[in-house]
Amino acid sequence: MSASIKDRPADTGARDGKLSQLVDWIDARFPMTKMMQEHMTEYYAAKNFNWLYVFGVLAMFVLALQIVTGIFLTMNYKPSAAEAFASVEYIMRDVEWGWLIRYMHSTGASAFFIVIYLHMFRAMMYGSYKKPRELLWLIGMVIYVALMAEGFFGYLLPWGQMSYWGAQVIVSLFGAIPYIGEGMAEWMRGDYFISDITLNRFFALHVAAVPLALIALVVMHILALHETGSLNPDGIEIKERKDSNGIPLDGINFHPYYTVKDLVAIVIFLILFSGVIFFAPEMGGYFLEHANFEPANILQTPEHIQPVWYFTPFYAILRAVPSKLGGVLLMGGAIVVLFLLPWLDRCKVKSIRYRGWTYKVALTTFVVSFIALGYLGMKPAAEPYTTLSRIFTALYFAFFLFMPIYTSREKTKPVPERVVYHG
Amino acid sequence: MNNRIKRLFSVATLRAFMAAVFVTWTMGAMAAGDTTQLLSANNDIGNQASLQRGARNYVNYCMGCHSLQYMRYNQLAKGLGISEDQLIDNLMFTADRPTDMMTIAMPPADAATWFGRTPPDLTLIGRSRGSDYLYTFLKSFYVEEGVPTGVNNLVLANLSMPHVLWELQGLQKAVFEDVANEDGTTTHAFRRFEQITGGILTEDEYNQFVRDTVNFLEYAGEPSQLERRRLGVLVIAFLLVFGLFSYYLKKEFWKDIK
Repeated sequence: MSASIKDRPADTGARDGKLSQLVDWIDARFPMTKMMQEHMTEYYAAKNFNWLYVFGVLAMFVLALQIVTGIFLTMNYKPSAAEAFASVEYIMRDVEWGWLIRYMHSTGASAFFIVIYLHMFRAMMYGSYKKPRELLWLIGMVIYVALMAEGFFGYLLPWGQMSYWGAQVIVSLFGAIPYIGEGMAEWMRGDYFISDITLNRFFALHVAAVPLALIALVVMHILALHETGSLNPDGIEIKERKDSNGIPLDGINFHPYYTVKDLVAIVIFLILFSGVIFFAPEMGGYFLEHANFEPANILQTPEHIQPVWYFTPFYAILRAVPSKLGGVLLMGGAIVVLFLLPWLDRCKVKSIRYRGWTYKVALTTFVVSFIALGYLGMKPAAEPYTTLSRIFTALYFAFFLFMPIYTSREKTKPVPERVVYHG
Repeated sequence: MNNRIKRLFSVATLRAFMAAVFVTWTMGAMAAGDTTQLLSANNDIGNQASLQRGARNYVNYCMGCHSLQYMRYNQLAKGLGISEDQLIDNLMFTADRPTDMMTIAMPPADAATWFGRTPPDLTLIGRSRGSDYLYTFLKSFYVEEGVPTGVNNLVLANLSMPHVLWELQGLQKAVFEDVANEDGTTTHAFRRFEQITGGILTEDEYNQFVRDTVNFLEYAGEPSQLERRRLGVLVIAFLLVFGLFSYYLKKEFWKDIK
């Protein structure tokens, strides 16, 4: 290739092939080419994205994977307490490629959270939530909450011991809310305990309601992103410096540059993903818990109830508080503070590259606390885990609560005018 | 001055972190250590002869009480590499058709009355408990006076299951020792098994018998696992080649970006 796509002369519109005629016919009735240009070929992103910038596309890829595999699972799964567990084994044994589809879906759930956590970490590193991207961050947070709901509803469906008792514990948490709590928990279950009725409605929420909301939210997220433009590891607004054609000097066309780059990321992701699916689908009991290979038994609690790994940081926060209501409130608070991030951070500089040591220490503290809480949430509620959970819960909240203070007097470095790109 | 305090503070925080992380990690390692020591089953799911022997052991010794209700007989034949006739002659005692599930005739309610609880279905026991657990379990029955079955088990204490394989293994007793703890209390600690009466099989033969049975149960838990691993190699090999192409495609496009 001798010239970059953006240096090429503009399309003159001279079309004579049959296919071009069809495109023209559509374009007169639907903004197909216009949308392609706006969101792909003429959407300009900074040229200096690093590997942390692939997780947005990967999250969309996993979403698509979950929807497609989910559709095929739905064809054979039976959402009834009497049949659910057996129907999953039927999929694993009798349905052609059923085991593969099921493992893709179960591994996909964990992969989704890994990808989303890294995507959020990227935003926190480079200040992608800051003005003018507050709404982008908020929509993303709603996606995260919807994803947690999706994961929670879906986890009940195999109707194993951990499905059942995990749901029992989480729904009963709502019972801690004064006055309306018990009624609320009952309303959610549709019964006095987790039963066939609960399973049936969780199925409806898992396969219809939440996925629809997720798709709509992802579209909103992308529209909001394309309105402000993507930020970059230098935290520089590339739209502030444009050439004579109105194209950002540091920007390159999303398609083909980032589509070919993301393709490499997708293949690397798929290699790791296949490693799990084909060689360790249970992932040592973290992705598919051992106790969940026993059918739900209403009369017998498992020895040790714990949620799946992606909920354990919040579970550890819940258990760190001696009072049940306090624990529920703090757990909710741990998610609510994330929504407030754009307003808690007072520093004008976006990227961690040019921020002071305080934010670097704080962000490291936060990441270490989150991982430690995730680990502690898998441990029994005993010493020294409880004390450690309290320490890391305090650190988790300290990151947010003291943020307005330590970010407002941060000693920042000068931000360059153009992005740093080494080729 | 101000800067010095800051530096001190950051080093102190970092140290506190490292300490906390270290404590968390070591505590986890310690907690993992105090579960009952399991023996290694050393079974090989790819060993078809072992799977065949295991299936034979299972239908002869276990299936009187424990069903494999999610498993089909013909799926079993496929996994063991035997023909449908061999299946019917050797493994199908109560079922009519090879497409039947491996269920049992004992009514669950009666079983609960006879044993105190219904013997669980074992299709997925290999997945919920693991091969090492099953192997250790079947080797850990020991004689105990005063219980209806005459035996107890080191791994699953006070179980209602009799030692079905006693004829093969013979009977053994468990030797316990009171160990004094630092705080003055004593712990009743297991030391070793001692053979009381010999069985039909030697110790090595019994170990192999149990290993084959456990191997079969691991297979029954997930019949697709051999195919899964085989396919995985092909899929990853394809992705590596495809990844190479996509990498060079990316490089070709990005040449222009300065």
